[in-house]
Amino acid sequence: MSSTEIEIVVDDATAPEADSPAVTDTRTVDVVVSLLLVTLALTLGYDNWRTGIAWDSTGPEAGYFPFYLSVILAGASLYGLGAAFLSRKEVSETFVTRAQLRRVMAVFVPTLLFCLATQFLGLYVASFLLIAAFMRMVGKIAIWKSLLTAFLFTAIMFVTFDIAFDVIMPKGPLEAAFGY
Amino acid sequence: MEAFGLLMHGFAVLMTWKTLALMMVGLVLGIFVGVLPGLGGPNGVAILLPLTFTMDPTSAIVMLSSIYWGALFGGAITSILFNIPGEAWSVATTFDGYPMAQQGRAAEALTAAFTSSFIGSLVAVLLITFLAPLISSFALKFGPPEFFAVYLLTFCSFVGLGREAKHKTVISMSLGLLLAGVGMDTVSGQLRMTFGSGELLRGINFLVAVIGLFGISEILLTMEERLALRGHAASISLRVVLKVWKDLPKYWVTLLRSSFIGCWLGITPGGAIAASFMGYNLAKRFSKDPESFGKGRIEGVFAPETAAHASGTAALLPMLALGIPGSGTAAILLGGLMVWGLNPGPLLFVEHKDFVWGLIASMYLGNVIGLVLVLTTVPIFASILRVPFAAVAPMIVVSCAIGAYAIQNAMFDIWLMLGFGVVGYVFKKISIPLAPFTLALVLGNRAEDAFRLSMIGSGGDMKVFWSNGLVGSITTLAIVLLFWPLIDKAFGSVGRLLRPAKASG
Repeated sequence: MSSTEIEIVVDDATAPEADSPAVTDTRTVDVVVSLLLVTLALTLGYDNWRTGIAWDSTGPEAGYFPFYLSVILAGASLYGLGAAFLSRKEVSETFVTRAQLRRVMAVFVPTLLFCLATQFLGLYVASFLLIAAFMRMVGKIAIWKSLLTAFLFTAIMFVTFDIAFDVIMPKGPLEAAFGY
Repeated sequence: MEAFGLLMHGFAVLMTWKTLALMMVGLVLGIFVGVLPGLGGPNGVAILLPLTFTMDPTSAIVMLSSIYWGALFGGAITSILFNIPGEAWSVATTFDGYPMAQQGRAAEALTAAFTSSFIGSLVAVLLITFLAPLISSFALKFGPPEFFAVYLLTFCSFVGLGREAKHKTVISMSLGLLLAGVGMDTVSGQLRMTFGSGELLRGINFLVAVIGLFGISEILLTMEERLALRGHAASISLRVVLKVWKDLPKYWVTLLRSSFIGCWLGITPGGAIAASFMGYNLAKRFSKDPESFGKGRIEGVFAPETAAHASGTAALLPMLALGIPGSGTAAILLGGLMVWGLNPGPLLFVEHKDFVWGLIASMYLGNVIGLVLVLTTVPIFASILRVPFAAVAPMIVVSCAIGAYAIQNAMFDIWLMLGFGVVGYVFKKISIPLAPFTLALVLGNRAEDAFRLSMIGSGGDMKVFWSNGLVGSITTLAIVLLFWPLIDKAFGSVGRLLRPAKASG
């Protein structure tokens, strides 16, 4: 039967190597996240305490409910901090390897730049740039394919959202030049 | 049979070309979302939500729920053909589905998966049709203390019954509730936790958080994996479909068992993922020939798929009847209701009959159309995976940004989405569950309002939560569930003390 044959094959040339050294382990990240959460809980708790956590004539004040939530969050995070410290270092798993981190950054950095570009150039120009550049540089896809795909996708998005569904996206100088 | 008459009315609401077309569009988009790696049910629905902002609520919910059904169907395609679960709830489908594809029985496995999905959701929809109106009419008598008790029950059952470390569930939940409180306080009009920022005045939008937590973080996680794939292509012929359907009655016990598990776990916050594994494991345990599981047994496809779909559908029951979502996707649909100006909760059944029964009718119709659609178009969807991820990833990023921006027309929300993307990535890697966070964020304000209204009503007396039999038993149940692991342990050790001889023997 022909359906037993493998018919769809996609390769991943830039896959992260399996033996790449670890950047950090989950235990360390656990500790850092717990510390950040404790700080957040203290900040929010203080702000709510300032807003008022007592009772007035109409019932609990605005800060009452969130204040006690901050207390719960701080408590749970401190517990997490303790648990992470007490856990044995050897059993902790790798959080991310160097090769994996490189790949994650390969998406994260362009996404960050895309958000910046959206702020100044508008969403559609930014999305054209992101897709074309990402396909070309990360995916090593032929330049004409990258440009064409990016243009088509951006155009479809523009027609769907801005024209058909009236969902208005941030615009920049290019759209202004065309009168949008 | 009042429900039946109303259901017929619901079908009448649906039978316009526009609604049917939207349903088809939703199903296709949903299958697409289910097949693509790095996109799943919750974020697919969240990203596409802005499309519905200008629609009337009924069309909007029909399209969104169709996306959800489509995603449920789509997950099975990649599990069986590629051994890659497109969704976490289709992991169990790979156990027997992929071996079947290797043996050249891909078409059979796919038919089995789609058919059992259909059966699972049908059972759950029947349950919704007859149970939801009853529960909501019961809940109409609820006052603020009762509602707060129900919210408390939801939160506590997550902590007590979840399998993640308890403190991590608590962290996730309290963080969600806190962030829900950012912005203007609805009761007093005071500003809270804004630190003088004008952007935070609006509060942290639930949908923006979801798009970041599920959409952006999923892409970051997907990039860590090796993305190469090799898969079987399959087209389904009518002959195979009929052959599988003819054998269906033989497996009625498995189908029924999985449907029940799914419905139960869907209503309680167990979710489709737990349901699919439980369905599979029970089918294996009760089988006369458990050894043959994992080697391409069709029952191993029926069991998890039925359970996952039943659970995914049943999760909408508490959302419709009480305004409490049973899953992440249901939470997003709930967020949608608020955007369209509907107030979720039991009043929905009284004030918006068209909407509710239109939605329930669309569950029936959407699943029938979905079944036909996937059976006929599998090869097209399977070939989507030929598109390299380097092309798909930036498109998903752009869609996420569009979705996040469209909700409040705020550039700040795009940055917020990016921030939540990083938070989601880190949280997932150190196994802080995201579902409680989502639920807390969407329910936070209403839980707080219910609490404060009860406190105002009682003059600050906590005893109001035990003031009558109903609210008292819900509150007590909530507290029992919160400490369930401890209670369970205590009972276990008492049991061991009582019969030491048996335990050692």
